[in-house]
Amino acid sequence: MNAADDFIVRGDNLTKRFERPKLDPVTALNRVSFGARPGALIALVGPDGAGKTTLLRLTAGLMRADEGTLTVLGLDAAKQPQAIQDRISYMPQRFGLYEDLSVQENLDLYADLHGVGPEQRAERYPRLMEMTALAPFLDRLAGKLSGGMKQKLGLACTLVRSPELLLLDEPTVGVDPLSRRELWDIVSGLVENEGLSVIVSTSYMDEAERCAHVVVLHEGNVLANGTPKELMSRATGHSFLAMSQRETPARKLQADLIDRPDVIDAVPHGGQVRVVLGDREPLSLQDVTFEPTPPILEDSLMMLLRHKTDEQPAANAALELSKKASQDHSEVVIEVHDLVRKFGDFTAVNRTSFEVKRGEVFGLLGPNGAGKTTTFRMLCGLLPATSGTLKVAGADLRRARAEARQNIGYVAQKFSLYGDISVLENLQFFAGAYGLRNSRAAQRIEWALDNFELKERVTSTAGSLPGGFQRRLAMAAALLHEPAIVFLDEPTSGADPLARREFWRRIGSLADHGTTIVVTTHFMEEAEYCDRIMIQDAGTMLAIGTPEEVRRQAGSGGEPAHSMEDAFIGIVEQARERAQRQDHAA
Amino acid sequence: MSDVHPPRLSWRRLRALTVKETRQLLRDKSNLMVGLFLPFVLILVFGYGLSFDITNAPVAIVSQDTSPTAKDVVSGFHLSPYFTVTQLNSMAEAQSLMRAGKVEAIVYLQSDFSRRLAASDATIQVLVNGVDANRARVLEGFAQGAIAQWSNKRAVSGASMAPAPAVRLETRLWFNEANTSTHFLVPGLIVLIMTLNGALLTSLVMAREWERGTLESLFVTPINTGELIASKLIPYFGVGLAGLTMCLLAGKFMFFVPIRGSLLLIVLISMLYLLVSLSLGLLISAATKNQFLASQIALITSFLPALMLSGFIFDLRSVPAIVRAISTVLPPTYYVEALQTLFLAGNVPGLLIKDTAVLLTAAVVLFVLIRINTKKQLV
Repeated sequence: MNAADDFIVRGDNLTKRFERPKLDPVTALNRVSFGARPGALIALVGPDGAGKTTLLRLTAGLMRADEGTLTVLGLDAAKQPQAIQDRISYMPQRFGLYEDLSVQENLDLYADLHGVGPEQRAERYPRLMEMTALAPFLDRLAGKLSGGMKQKLGLACTLVRSPELLLLDEPTVGVDPLSRRELWDIVSGLVENEGLSVIVSTSYMDEAERCAHVVVLHEGNVLANGTPKELMSRATGHSFLAMSQRETPARKLQADLIDRPDVIDAVPHGGQVRVVLGDREPLSLQDVTFEPTPPILEDSLMMLLRHKTDEQPAANAALELSKKASQDHSEVVIEVHDLVRKFGDFTAVNRTSFEVKRGEVFGLLGPNGAGKTTTFRMLCGLLPATSGTLKVAGADLRRARAEARQNIGYVAQKFSLYGDISVLENLQFFAGAYGLRNSRAAQRIEWALDNFELKERVTSTAGSLPGGFQRRLAMAAALLHEPAIVFLDEPTSGADPLARREFWRRIGSLADHGTTIVVTTHFMEEAEYCDRIMIQDAGTMLAIGTPEEVRRQAGSGGEPAHSMEDAFIGIVEQARERAQRQDHAA
Repeated sequence: MSDVHPPRLSWRRLRALTVKETRQLLRDKSNLMVGLFLPFVLILVFGYGLSFDITNAPVAIVSQDTSPTAKDVVSGFHLSPYFTVTQLNSMAEAQSLMRAGKVEAIVYLQSDFSRRLAASDATIQVLVNGVDANRARVLEGFAQGAIAQWSNKRAVSGASMAPAPAVRLETRLWFNEANTSTHFLVPGLIVLIMTLNGALLTSLVMAREWERGTLESLFVTPINTGELIASKLIPYFGVGLAGLTMCLLAGKFMFFVPIRGSLLLIVLISMLYLLVSLSLGLLISAATKNQFLASQIALITSFLPALMLSGFIFDLRSVPAIVRAISTVLPPTYYVEALQTLFLAGNVPGLLIKDTAVLLTAAVVLFVLIRINTKKQLV
């Protein structure tokens, strides 16, 4: 084997531009060079619009580069895409499943297309079933599977035969931590035991850390390229754990720290705050202690991105808010008692009770299909409850829904603004819909444009905005009427770390001014930004309390669980085992 | 090693894709509604509800002549199944009824009708409401018929005075002697249903794969575009044939439409047209990549022309030259012509060869365009 054969994929100076009507073309990739060695896991990471998907599509022969050369399995991707496609497997972002076909039919379709014979199937199918645990659901339509199961089926369809290279485009977006862990166990098993070569794009840095090689992309350029260790060494000495000597909650300390220019990054972590500092010296702040800690990949990514963007974006994200008259933070604004929702025989939410106080950040966590979205919709008055009481901002949602809605702001999981009208027009429409008039409307729109940094994009159509701007616009629209309670359904799904910092900074400032926040998320570390969280599975409430309390509940021998993710997985798995034992007993 | 991958068709892949497409077709109830239920409704609506036949048309007769001869003419109208007669004494009254839309025609006999008839110089004035030109022409014909009948009767009974009847009128409608509109509606209906099944249903299929992102993973398999296109045409071809069978059975057993040409030729030319119509839908789908847009375009470019411009409803000889020019480039025009010929006239080789040639050319052109528009590439 000579040196050139050492790479299974090799790109040199790849450039790809996309034409846009009436606008300058976008450069999705700008002279990108990278290489992937066989039998290894390679991660593509970077914020929204970095060019990860474009690079994967070029590799799959679905697009041609405008400039540069790309060799995949020794073949020229521009000239022989079909020859490449005969030998690789690719899972696009939405898994590429036919939702109106059953699990078995999806598998058979891809097996037929790849020319997998009956004998190979007899050998392959049982292994895929063992890997994905989909065997009980073979007759179910793919569209009726939960997000995590769809993702595993998508993966199974790419593995109906042994590909020489597997490409996965953000396989874990919108998927809960349990399913995420299962998928990664499958993929790394294939790499270790069968020498499969995999290229995966991801916005989770802990996933990238498991890869042999990481390519960091930013706006079409390669920022860094190396093993996770090499990349992490950049942050060595810069990472600290900060703790307040007074009883300041981690969320407040994090907000104070991230606003400082000498702080590159700060996130709440296990009751403390994980900080990346510009210098290798800890800051000398009153009542705050800094302890050095080993760096993680996200730390170096934040350092890399900080070099690219001059300022700390999260610092500007704090919202200018007027003090509200009512500042009583002990007032209960959401009261849920014995809430039940059934769909036919299926109980989506089972006897759930909780309270949320004014100015609290309340997180709803749970695996896909746990009943989060159903609970959420009932709280917003979008779905009537089967039984139980539900009071939001003092109004009984079962009777006075319209009244309650006056006080509610809602940000849906999917982009739900009007894509073909401009940013300003969207805001004007929502101002009108909330009953804001003339000068009041103008004033609130001005506030939204300022605080969400939308000024430059006022005339762009909402549909043409990059993902990050769309999320900002959606949140701005939901806040126009200054609601007392804001509901956000997976607001950070698919968002990059920078955008997520900005988002939580805004949430923090809202809560400080007495706005109550209810939020769902799949990023477990984000639960640390919440004052209190609730974990649901199969419609049942499993845990509720401050992040600290929940970690303690999941811990063993008095030691709280190390991270929120561990705590979450621990609690859900324990509950599932209990349920299974009860089933067996009955 | 060649630069271009050899395009080889695999029956196994084609079968897998066709099975998949058929399953999707059968599971989506809206497909079956458009494919099978809608033709059924159209057959009923066009067969029973929509009819260009005229019976019991309200007619005013103004007769200022009280002679038996004039009464004979009037009774001829009374006896005709096509008219419901209102007898009036003044023209002014009749005209106001016509303006109010209460009558569709006025028959006027002057006071000196019988006297002038004796001098072979009689006139009967027939005024027809011409707002609906087709209907007016038919009414005019019926009125002439009623008068002619009276005239003949006079001649036969020998009651005629010296000269033979002033007018001798004989009309005969060829091919559709019964002048039943269902006889030419059924061939038209087949055209509509073939178009609907073809273009409207297939306009969704490729766009749906684009919208749902499934093409992306399908492309990264060994399939070639020929297999993909064929797999989309085959199931819908089946649905189209089911629609055709329904129409032929309805034509034969519900409306008793004669089939004077060869049934085999009807089926063959229908298959050819079905292919044209399916390809048009697929081309629209592949080019727009958006289901909503595709269905709108399909409706405008295929269904409406098939309804309005093919000579099915409006006789192409009586439309403006520019509309006629447009209709000569539309495939349904030739299919309507071929079907109406095969049903009502019989096998007319010259005409059928021309129509087949045009449809075949359209199919080939559309196929080439689909191939150009379906590349295994995302941009």
